[in-house]
Amino acid sequence: MTTDDAVKATEAPPPPDRRTTESRSFLRHFLYLIWSANTVVVTVLSVVLAMIIGAILIIVSDADVLATFAYFTARPSDALTGSWDVVSAAYADLFKGSIADPEAVTAWLNGTGTWQAVFTPISETLTYAAPLVFTGLSVALAFRGGLFNIGGQGQAVIGCITAAVAGFALPLPVVIHVLVALLAGLVGGALWGFIPGILKARTGAHEVITTIMLNYTAGLFLTWLILQNGVQDPNRTDAISKTVDSSAQLASFGGALRVNLGIVLAVLVTAAIAWLLSRSAFGFEVRAVGANPAAAKTAGISVAKTYTLLMVVAGALAGLGGATQVLGTAHALTPAVAGNIGFDGLLVALLGRNRPWGTLLAAILFGALRAGGNRMQSFSGISLELVTVLQALIVIFIAAPALVKTIFHLRAARAARLGASMAKGW
Amino acid sequence: MLKLPGDCAEGEIPLRLELRGITKRFGDLVANDHIDLTVEPGEVHALLGENGAGKSTLMNQLYGLLQPDEGTILVDGETRIFRSPRDAIAAGIGMVHQHFMLVPVFTVAENIALGAEETRGGPLGWLDRRRNRRDVLETSQRYGLPVDPDALVENLPVGAQQRVEIVKALTREVDLLILDEPTAVLTPQETEELLTVMRALSDTGKSIVFITHKLKEVKAVADRITVIRRGRTVGTASPDTPEHELAALMVGRDVSLEVDKGPADPGRQVLKISGLIVDDDRGVRAVDGVNLVVRAGEVLGIAGVQGNGQTELVEAVMGLRPARAGTIHLDNENLVGMSTKRILRSGVGYIPEDRSLDGVVREFSVAENLVLDTYDRPPYGNAFRLNPGAIASSARDRVEQFDIRTSSPDSAVSTLSGGNQQKVVVAREMSRPLRLFIAAQPTRGVDVGSIEFIHSRIVQERDVGTAVLVVSSELDEVVGLADRIAVMYRGRILAIVSPDTPREEIGLLMAGITAREEESEQ
Amino acid sequence: MATATVEDLTEVTAPNRFWDRRRRLGAALVLLGLVAAAVFGAVAASETARFTLSENAEGAALSINGQFGAILFGIVTIAAGVTLLAGVARKWQTTLLGIGIVGFVLSFLCWQVAGKFLPLVDTASGTLELALPLILGALAGVLGERSGVVNVAIEGQFLMGAFFGALIGTMATSVWTGLISAAIGGLLIAAMLAVLAIRFLVDQVVVGIVLNLFALGVTGFLYERLMQPDAQTYNTPPQMPSWRIPGLADVPVIGPVLFDTNLLVWLALILVVAVHFGLSRTRWGLRTRAVGEHPTAADTVGIRVRGLRYLNVLVGGLIAGAGGAYFTLVATGSFTKNMTSGAGFIALAALIFGRWTPFGAFGAALFFGFAQKLATYLSAVGSPVPSQFLNMLPYLATIIAVAGLVGRVRAPAADGQPYIKS
Repeated sequence: MTTDDAVKATEAPPPPDRRTTESRSFLRHFLYLIWSANTVVVTVLSVVLAMIIGAILIIVSDADVLATFAYFTARPSDALTGSWDVVSAAYADLFKGSIADPEAVTAWLNGTGTWQAVFTPISETLTYAAPLVFTGLSVALAFRGGLFNIGGQGQAVIGCITAAVAGFALPLPVVIHVLVALLAGLVGGALWGFIPGILKARTGAHEVITTIMLNYTAGLFLTWLILQNGVQDPNRTDAISKTVDSSAQLASFGGALRVNLGIVLAVLVTAAIAWLLSRSAFGFEVRAVGANPAAAKTAGISVAKTYTLLMVVAGALAGLGGATQVLGTAHALTPAVAGNIGFDGLLVALLGRNRPWGTLLAAILFGALRAGGNRMQSFSGISLELVTVLQALIVIFIAAPALVKTIFHLRAARAARLGASMAKGW
Repeated sequence: MLKLPGDCAEGEIPLRLELRGITKRFGDLVANDHIDLTVEPGEVHALLGENGAGKSTLMNQLYGLLQPDEGTILVDGETRIFRSPRDAIAAGIGMVHQHFMLVPVFTVAENIALGAEETRGGPLGWLDRRRNRRDVLETSQRYGLPVDPDALVENLPVGAQQRVEIVKALTREVDLLILDEPTAVLTPQETEELLTVMRALSDTGKSIVFITHKLKEVKAVADRITVIRRGRTVGTASPDTPEHELAALMVGRDVSLEVDKGPADPGRQVLKISGLIVDDDRGVRAVDGVNLVVRAGEVLGIAGVQGNGQTELVEAVMGLRPARAGTIHLDNENLVGMSTKRILRSGVGYIPEDRSLDGVVREFSVAENLVLDTYDRPPYGNAFRLNPGAIASSARDRVEQFDIRTSSPDSAVSTLSGGNQQKVVVAREMSRPLRLFIAAQPTRGVDVGSIEFIHSRIVQERDVGTAVLVVSSELDEVVGLADRIAVMYRGRILAIVSPDTPREEIGLLMAGITAREEESEQ
Repeated sequence: MATATVEDLTEVTAPNRFWDRRRRLGAALVLLGLVAAAVFGAVAASETARFTLSENAEGAALSINGQFGAILFGIVTIAAGVTLLAGVARKWQTTLLGIGIVGFVLSFLCWQVAGKFLPLVDTASGTLELALPLILGALAGVLGERSGVVNVAIEGQFLMGAFFGALIGTMATSVWTGLISAAIGGLLIAAMLAVLAIRFLVDQVVVGIVLNLFALGVTGFLYERLMQPDAQTYNTPPQMPSWRIPGLADVPVIGPVLFDTNLLVWLALILVVAVHFGLSRTRWGLRTRAVGEHPTAADTVGIRVRGLRYLNVLVGGLIAGAGGAYFTLVATGSFTKNMTSGAGFIALAALIFGRWTPFGAFGAALFFGFAQKLATYLSAVGSPVPSQFLNMLPYLATIIAVAGLVGRVRAPAADGQPYIKS
């Protein structure tokens, strides 16, 4: 190396191109934000990417459109318009089913339609979203404490059971009955969360395994219970329980508007959990244990007690989600009463970055996808499973922000912390 | 003792290594800044520097674990690029790491064979166990490093594990061996053996690069010494250079190795440990019947090589590890069986030895870390809620009092330097009334300025009447701080001596040789 | 020398606890044995329980009086428990535990089969068949997890395997093409898992669960679009033929079970042995285990950690996909949505219950297969025990295993931690 090279090597590298924000125009600043990939941008791009893949799936599985691709080179316009038609119809239905149908709006404005029809899509969205808020919060809270609560499904199922049984077995006056039934759901879920919690605290049994196993146990228990005397609807031979008393049901608008008090409860609980995490002593312990259990233990925090209590609260939240589902929407127990709310709750929590209000927004997005998906299935004939695929893809892209960045050639963000990369094992 | 092979083995080609202008950056931090280094064939070359000076980073680049941003590596005059350890090994360079790279559940032979296994063919490579064992025994005998090929590594003592690492490097037919802080966990006896091995290896023509921060060892075995400070070479020296000059090169100014303190005024017995027995994580007896007393207003230092039970002793006192037998009395209460929280509440302050692991929560802010053990006590909060206002104002006060260099009390603690993180821990523990203060390795990995500050605060705490227990593997620190020194070896307190005791005697005690044994040998 | 020496220490020995793990296990076994002898014995009918050595009610049989058998085997369990309580060497612990559990199961069977018959051959071959996907899934897990990558996505790999086995098998009218496509289906999910976990450092448990949902969605979607409307073209795969080895197949009981069955069974059995010897005796196995226990050490001797992990996860995907083929090419003749319904998680349970070893996983898979077979048998003979509770057995057993009640289960040390060069 010559002396010149050595001198050059010791010079400071050229200053980075970083003009202060004041000196840039608003537009430049906006473009800079987009380019630098902060959390919101990655979320939006993930949704876009997922929808593109969804579009490919739609095209590939439509026999007619596939046929037009056979002679693509001869007449590309057929394939392209065919694809565009089927995809846009599907996604338009997704929008109309979840937010608003422009036709219904115009009909209401010129008097030929009802206002209920206008708000039905939003009502559907919120109806589906409500239980997801609870199961999402359950997973998110547990994650903050360093625990994987994959058992939201089982805890929700037990919550469904206890709430429903309280709903049809206890003769109580109106308001009290609802509260008691909700409480029963909460307690049921808490119990189902307590088991993996105490096992983790006492024996170190990994909660991923115990909660997954308990999911299936709860599901089997439900199928057995529905057919027992005292639970099964005496007027039916199929697997359905007695109907919950109307005094225990969550009030809704009625008719086509299924949205019920569940969503109100969801918002209140979200606020409560947000307060819990940031302002309560327990929340402090949860965050400390989640970030560094060894340091928390050295500072006197009982990690075992925190884990147990955390799983109890997480279970209670999921149980509340099950209770909301059965008292607000389903009104009776069936083997599939809890649907997929536990697993969807996991996706919702990841999408919401394990933060309470983020989880709420993510739950609403998922509720919208589900509501829109229903309409997409009825009107465009696209299977509802596509919604599952979209949801999974969005979460994959969120959880791997590096992947999205690579695809879109975005620069790494300096400030935003993307993804919940808590790589742990058993 | 050790047998030395008489002559240079056949096929030994001495290796000359040259590093020119090696530069490595990690973000804004320049870990190596245009470092030059030359190692002559058959030379024992010591790389001397403080913790964090950049020595390991430099060697990791030489071994192919990292790639230099600038600079060249020349082996025997030829430029080489090492993209992985394979390339380094192929060039004849081997490395024994500070934290052993041994798979605990494998045998010695499996560990040594790993990566260079002898196989009998087949697509998956059917292992030839006999040849692997034979290779181990051959190398072991050739260089006089006894190892048992069938022993499980996790059952071996530290010195034996290190021998396995050296044999592992030698079986790869290396001509230059890098040893990264090899004596950090050895007893003085094992250190002596290792230094002899190093001299023997260099006599057979191998070059050795020996990374350390211990002046005495460097003077005992090195042919040449390169001193590194803050990522730069600050000079080469010969082993005759006086210690204080070497130390000055290492830290950059005249370092006072003395701690400024007056005489102690011990009062009542605050901590009384009787017959304490504690097991370590593997169920092996770590503390084997310890009796100890610490009085108010004095500093009791526990000296000893890391791994003789000091860690477990302190953890047992703090309730972080169960005691199998014995009692631990704080004034009149027996702490055995009490929760850590209650022990802390009873007026005990604790600085754990590994602050990044169990001292601070890196993701929490400075303010939150300052209340990590008091968040549910007034004024910071109660059993249900926190009091953010009180937490914030107290944080501001303490940041000032303890000179914690941070841009704001709400910054995450991970943005602070090691020394400032330690000051956060010290501030946290010293900001409440204490009867007993326990500090384990209080200045490990801390810059010199913060070391002086922390030492002065410890002496201050002693002077207001707190009983202080300091555990440190740096003998200088113990001698400087303590009013009485207890030497711990294999789970027992061998003797309690005054700090004026000659260092050689303390060294012998640390190696397990008591006065009685010495006398009986004469 | 001015030293203050310490007084001679009096020997202080720490007391050994009475209720250690062995004793607790023993107490649990005694309790189980009492339940078996007292309860099962009491309610068992005093009729003959016939365990026939054939596929049906005829032929030679092991007969025992139901009530007598229930009490007898209950006493066996109690004896095993008492031996553990009295204190034995550690190496007998597992054997005694095994004896105790077998005794309990036999007692239970004597109760249930009293007055009826249990065809042993049918039970054995049914167990092996039901265990088949579990064995393959668990082996896939072994490969990945021993090299340090957690694989919760076995369920998704099963589903994709089942789906593509059915789809391509029908379209190519060849069961072998179907089998290969099934393996590739599993490979696809494994590839996504590998890339996301190893390259993009996403949390491996999360990725696994999300991939399961993705697979569920994709297979369900394509099922509704392609298979439901036109089952003839897309969903009638040929079934795997049963092959018979003459001579060996005539050995009583094990003959028909092992030597008159389909290729997938043999593949599974061979793979168990192959993976076992591969892990313990080959260079690949040594490196895999090193990468799973201490990846940094492996890296410093020049082993390509990430490459090896990719390889193992992908090969595991092929195996799990083949396991998925069981559902559509062996068990039933077509694909339905979510037909695996949790088998992937039982395979995961078998992996953990079997302590991450091939033979352990094999044994656990057989145990879980047996539980499922027993459930079918009991509901067929109209037993009062509800089938749902028997179906819970694998899940509850895994919880008990993981909670360390049968000894510590230790995963490979670096399992689940992505390897980042620092």
